[in-house]
Amino acid sequence: MNYDRYLNPDIAAVPPSGIRRFFDLAANMRDAISLGVGEPDFITPYHIRNAAINSIVDGETQYTPNRGLLSLRKEISWYLEHRYQTSYDPEKEILVTVGASESIDVALRAIVSPGDEVLVPEPSYVSYSPSVIFAGGRPVGVVTGQDNGFRLTAEAVRAAITPRTKALILPYPNNPTGGVMERADLEQLAQVVRETGILVISDEIYSELTYGGLTHVSFAALPGMRDYTLTINGFSKSFAMTGWRVGYTCGPAELISVMTKIHQYGILCAPRQGQVAALEALKTGRERNYEDVIRMRESYDRRRRLMVEGFRAMGLDCFEPLGAFYVFPSIAKTGLTSEEFCKRLLEEERVACVPGTAFGPCGEGHIRCSYATALDKLNTALEKMAQFLSRLQAG
Amino acid sequence: MTKLEMDLLDILREDCRLPLEKLAVMTGASTAEVAEAIDRMEKERIILRYSPTINWDRTDRERVEAMIEVRVTPQRDMGFDAVAKRIYRFEEVKSVYLMSGSYDLLVLVEARTLKELALFVSEKLSPLEMVTGTATSFVLKRYKEEGVIFEGEKSDNRLVITP
Repeated sequence: MNYDRYLNPDIAAVPPSGIRRFFDLAANMRDAISLGVGEPDFITPYHIRNAAINSIVDGETQYTPNRGLLSLRKEISWYLEHRYQTSYDPEKEILVTVGASESIDVALRAIVSPGDEVLVPEPSYVSYSPSVIFAGGRPVGVVTGQDNGFRLTAEAVRAAITPRTKALILPYPNNPTGGVMERADLEQLAQVVRETGILVISDEIYSELTYGGLTHVSFAALPGMRDYTLTINGFSKSFAMTGWRVGYTCGPAELISVMTKIHQYGILCAPRQGQVAALEALKTGRERNYEDVIRMRESYDRRRRLMVEGFRAMGLDCFEPLGAFYVFPSIAKTGLTSEEFCKRLLEEERVACVPGTAFGPCGEGHIRCSYATALDKLNTALEKMAQFLSRLQAG
Repeated sequence: MTKLEMDLLDILREDCRLPLEKLAVMTGASTAEVAEAIDRMEKERIILRYSPTINWDRTDRERVEAMIEVRVTPQRDMGFDAVAKRIYRFEEVKSVYLMSGSYDLLVLVEARTLKELALFVSEKLSPLEMVTGTATSFVLKRYKEEGVIFEGEKSDNRLVITP
């Protein structure tokens, strides 16, 4: 039966993620080393898992309030105030969602009217543009490049703004590039926001993973920006809690209340045990000065240096990422497209990377390599990639 | 101890075969600084040896291991150290720990056969004048050592590629 007449053509027209095809290819190769994984290689710290177990044993199996457990929202409020100097009222300005992903979706659905434009930096996380389309809007790519560390410039944003522009997605530290925006960079964007009044959806899910002595700066912490910002964060990357699906949005009460309405009708609440685990992560983090987070960050940092140096030693042009857990080297000099490079690397050397084009057309010429993988595997992958490159050069 | 030394210990306990160049890259120090730090830790006897973790069950070598709880009479002026020294000098003994609790020394012993190990206890360990009692437990299976799980653990539950 042909279901086309049932399907919404706008939704059907959105192509599946470019990552999907590589997943199918790589999933069949049991012996492949994957640098394609976008989640921590740590498992959730024991005390966090145990808190969730205890909650199940104690019979805490009911819905939570729509906005999330108040105790969790209070901890989120404390955490953001002390880590990033932003202040949010736990009662009215925080919404706990099913991962940061739901936050992105609900934020867009709350603000986008048909035909509204949302600026989406490229390369960036695969879900932004489709989520804008699903919300009835039009994603407008804003290209970033290696020359300035994949930062979003005020000029580029200004040039992309039209009377229909509703919002800008600000995804830093960035997946897939590892780029970060420092305070001075953000100040320039803030000026554009002051002039134009566009809303900023700041996806700060990698905020705990910055290196080289940098501390993440939250956009809402800049003077006057709190009123224009929805700050999205979560527990997946910082506390190695991807499978628990807990994230949150903080912002002005008027916006959070509309988001809560969508969340309330669509989802009701994020899973209770995930919330209990998240509460434990923040509470213990506060008491022990975030030792779990620091331990994981230091481990990523060592591997990050190893990867950057490894790619440079192969003669690849590799920007030094200062955030997240990805390296985004340029493979342009090989003459292959990102897709060809990744496909051949997988087939010939059994190393899986993600082509840069999966994150937007301007990712062409790059590949994303995650270093959230065991050290011995990273070393083997680097050796194999070096072999692959020298074979390419010879042939 | 410096941050560099602590970082190096963290890395080396996972993989002590990494070349100096890689250790330098990973810690952000120069090769010379790394070499110097390692050298110092070797001299200070912080790093004692670089050895692999071996799963002997997968080899052809016959081998039995036992943990022996030993009760001893501490010696005047020397405490337990003199007894411990007598015991750790035996080549069958792999580790000796002074313990709190119902016995004094925990002795890890390795031998080729059960008989050899039994002979060690009856002819070498028990006859020591300061040993007042022993309780020997044989190791049946090793699940985890030095943080390494030996068998049966799925190493990575993650999907091969995720956004």
